[in-house]
Amino acid sequence: MIEEKKVLTRHVGVPGMEKVDAYMNDGGYKGLKNALDKKPQDIIEEVKKSFLRGRGGAGFPTGFKWSFIPKEKTKPHYIICNADEGEPGTFKDRVIMENDPLLLIEGMTIAGYALQCDMGFIYIRGEFRKIAEKLETAIENARNANLLGKNILGKGFNFDILVMRGAGAYICGEETALIESLEGKRGEPRMKPPFPAVEGLYKCPTIVNNVETLACIPIIMQSNGKSFKDMGTFQSAGTKLYGISGHVNNPGVYEYPMGTNLKDLIEQAAGGVKDGKKLKAVIPGGLSAPILKADEIDLDMDFDACIKAGTMLGSGGVIVMDETTSIPEVAKSTIDFFVHESCGQCTPCREGLHKIQETLTKMMAGEGDENSLKTIFKIAKTIKGTTLCPLGDAGAMALEAMVTKFRDEFEALNK
Amino acid sequence: MKMQIELNNRKLEAESGETILSVAKRAGINIPTLCYLEHLKPAGRCRICVVEVDGRKDLVPSCSFPVSDGMKIHTHSPRVLEARKNLIELMLANHPDDCLYCNRNSNCDLRQLADQLGVRERELVHVEPHFEIDNSSPSLVRDPNKCILCGKCVRVCEEIQGVAAIELLGRGFESFVGVENNKNLATSRCINCGQCILACPTGALTEKSQIQDVIDALNDPEKYVVVQHAPAISVTLAEEFGVEAGIDVDGAMVAALRRMGFDKVFDTSFTADLTIMEEGSELVSRIVNGGKLPMLTSCSPGWIKFVEQFYPDFTGNLSTCKSPQQMMGAIIKRIFAQREDIDPAKIFSVSIMPCTAKKFEAGRPEMGENGIQDVDVVLTTRELGRLLRMYGIDIRNIEPEQADSPFGERTTAGKIFGATGGVMEAALRTGYYLVTGELMEHLEITPVRGLDGIKESKIKVGDLELGVAVASSLSKARILLDEVKKGRSDLHFIEVMTCPGGCVAGGGQPIGTNVDKIKARSQALYKLDDSETMRMSHENPSVKKLYEDYLGKPLSEKSHHLLHTHYEKRPI
Repeated sequence: MIEEKKVLTRHVGVPGMEKVDAYMNDGGYKGLKNALDKKPQDIIEEVKKSFLRGRGGAGFPTGFKWSFIPKEKTKPHYIICNADEGEPGTFKDRVIMENDPLLLIEGMTIAGYALQCDMGFIYIRGEFRKIAEKLETAIENARNANLLGKNILGKGFNFDILVMRGAGAYICGEETALIESLEGKRGEPRMKPPFPAVEGLYKCPTIVNNVETLACIPIIMQSNGKSFKDMGTFQSAGTKLYGISGHVNNPGVYEYPMGTNLKDLIEQAAGGVKDGKKLKAVIPGGLSAPILKADEIDLDMDFDACIKAGTMLGSGGVIVMDETTSIPEVAKSTIDFFVHESCGQCTPCREGLHKIQETLTKMMAGEGDENSLKTIFKIAKTIKGTTLCPLGDAGAMALEAMVTKFRDEFEALNK
Repeated sequence: MKMQIELNNRKLEAESGETILSVAKRAGINIPTLCYLEHLKPAGRCRICVVEVDGRKDLVPSCSFPVSDGMKIHTHSPRVLEARKNLIELMLANHPDDCLYCNRNSNCDLRQLADQLGVRERELVHVEPHFEIDNSSPSLVRDPNKCILCGKCVRVCEEIQGVAAIELLGRGFESFVGVENNKNLATSRCINCGQCILACPTGALTEKSQIQDVIDALNDPEKYVVVQHAPAISVTLAEEFGVEAGIDVDGAMVAALRRMGFDKVFDTSFTADLTIMEEGSELVSRIVNGGKLPMLTSCSPGWIKFVEQFYPDFTGNLSTCKSPQQMMGAIIKRIFAQREDIDPAKIFSVSIMPCTAKKFEAGRPEMGENGIQDVDVVLTTRELGRLLRMYGIDIRNIEPEQADSPFGERTTAGKIFGATGGVMEAALRTGYYLVTGELMEHLEITPVRGLDGIKESKIKVGDLELGVAVASSLSKARILLDEVKKGRSDLHFIEVMTCPGGCVAGGGQPIGTNVDKIKARSQALYKLDDSETMRMSHENPSVKKLYEDYLGKPLSEKSHHLLHTHYEKRPI
């Protein structure tokens, strides 16, 4: 039996956690107190030792990312929390923010201290209005307790956090598009290099981290990097929030050690496929992650194992599909999503995804021909590796996997 | 820091921070681009310039990607060529199939790339054009259906001109370049400069063509058709016939215009000389009588609309002189007509301009009298090229002729109006004479020459140290105006040309933004200035005669009525 490990979710269902007292009574702000006694550089080293990898999807080592921030401060530094949770099948960050807002705020404050930031921003998905309000209340509470603002806890550190709501564009979850949006511009990704750590918000050094990533920081600083690492499985560090949805008996967000087996997650955590039906396919890490067939799910859910299996851990949003699911229909909603969310800046994503959508739509209307699949593959190949940001790539890869693995279902559309 | 890289298996030296595109260019390797603009930050939108770098999974955009030591780059590998071809196919699938009818069919970057990359089959389903064409502007036509969303027009408008009339709207496949709040160009803050046309790789942006109006007038026996040509036309027109940049074809152009049937061919450089007489006197009068300073030049109509919109507090600083085009227009319909006893209503006045904003200027209500506009139609250099080809006239193969007298006579001071700094140089040559009664020791005023966006100098004129500045492009003009706004007071006279480089690089000139071509065109003007003897506007005998016979003296009442105008604040 796999065992749930409630670390980031330990306050789920506990009311009043936006209040400083309640949060502190359960060990809250111990991490920040420890951190403020250390040098910023030592915190970065501790995060490196934790082997924490970014929970937004890319899995980039957080400590390593932090070390790109200039040591000599010549301009303001910023920490941004990416709370633009919009990947279909993903609903984990909201659980943290709704139930334990101060955990995120503490994490950001520690990050702000480690990265010598003047200011932090929480860029939150526009639809999360209630959560944004809750975060603002929690920030106000922290400010009143001298946990934000000037001279935090008397240690001479000044830092504050502003909540900014997005306006409904998925692309603004991409860190440079997020920065553009925060600056009041069109949400279009920037070219890299320069990376935000060198030139980010208002051309100043900026680190963008996901909610879940930042929520791990107080946990690391409460004890140390190694104990955080040890919470994971042999290969991977820490815990992971897995959001399981689709045809399962108990959909929801579950926290398990990073690297927990996908099959176990579906069968044990989520209670197995609904109504005793057979499993057909699983998208393991949000809609961008290439689909897995039922016989491919004996898989450790961590970054490297997923890549090895030809997919991605992504956000850990597991979408389960039973035998009644039509994969071409899934493909159609997938491409509809990516076409709708493409910012339109670069040619392959803007024109290519639309062309795939057009081709698939025709196939589903019975108007496809023997060239239709060829066209989809050709365009997917063009998109991959030529786009300005990962969005087009993700759409192309997701589609390509569906068409490759369930080719007979697509070919059947042409008969 | 120098570093070693390998480009297509050739070892090369590169500078740290240099982009792959820049190294390749130096090595003579042509990487195609569609959204790249020299001197502006790369946008990375079109992805046509992608190349393969060993050790990287993704292709990288060479326009922005910096080289690093030991990097191995392949600019034309099979994977790269296939990606580029497929990208062009995707663009073509969303582009009208009407190349045969397109204004840009002979110089379309998209069409040329399709050819270069061997696109010969329609593999993708074609999207039907679904955007409305914006025909509202007197100067430009915008067809979003032909737009490939490279964004160059938007960036030129915002970053070079500081106008930001157009922007990217909508999202994803529904993106388009448009005007905010669903306005059209005519009601937008567009200043009609046409720099967007020069940058556009396709036919999405073109001048509002008035060729047919001219043909109709030439064919109308009732019409007396007069044409004037701006100083910058003779050094760019040949490019429309495939000749290298910087060749002056003034005489051939005059001959060609006569062949087409124009009754009179006048040279706008004549009224450029006249402008100097009026504007030079105005400057002296403002300095002596405590008028508003710094005085700003007024010959560039994009700039005029810019001031009226964005800096209305400065309209009083603008010289009240009409532009040379409008001075000539007024002279033709009001003096020439009277003298030749022709009904002004029967005169059809055409001007050939390097400029799309001149089309707008000609239509300004104050530029006429008794319901008759002084200039009826403005053609760009490109339109003249088209018209000549239609009439079977090859500018390379025609005996040169002289422009008609008296309004075809010019000095080289009027001629160098075509380059940034030219108006200033011409004004200083004559202004110096007007104030001191002596000639300047050196007529070449080099600090105001060249393609720098802002040029400044201090010139000793008698007891006065005259502060002068020259701005080309409106983003640069903004810098100067903002300085003056903040209290800078050492400047007496500022020349502003809307287009970067001046009229030789005007929005009506041959397509492209190549700096070397712009330099060659300016050089051609200065070469004329070097080789001729009449180099100061006040020496122009026909200008003198015009004052003797008709105007009296500069700034006279007649001058004011005919040659001066007024400005007003325009809502943005």
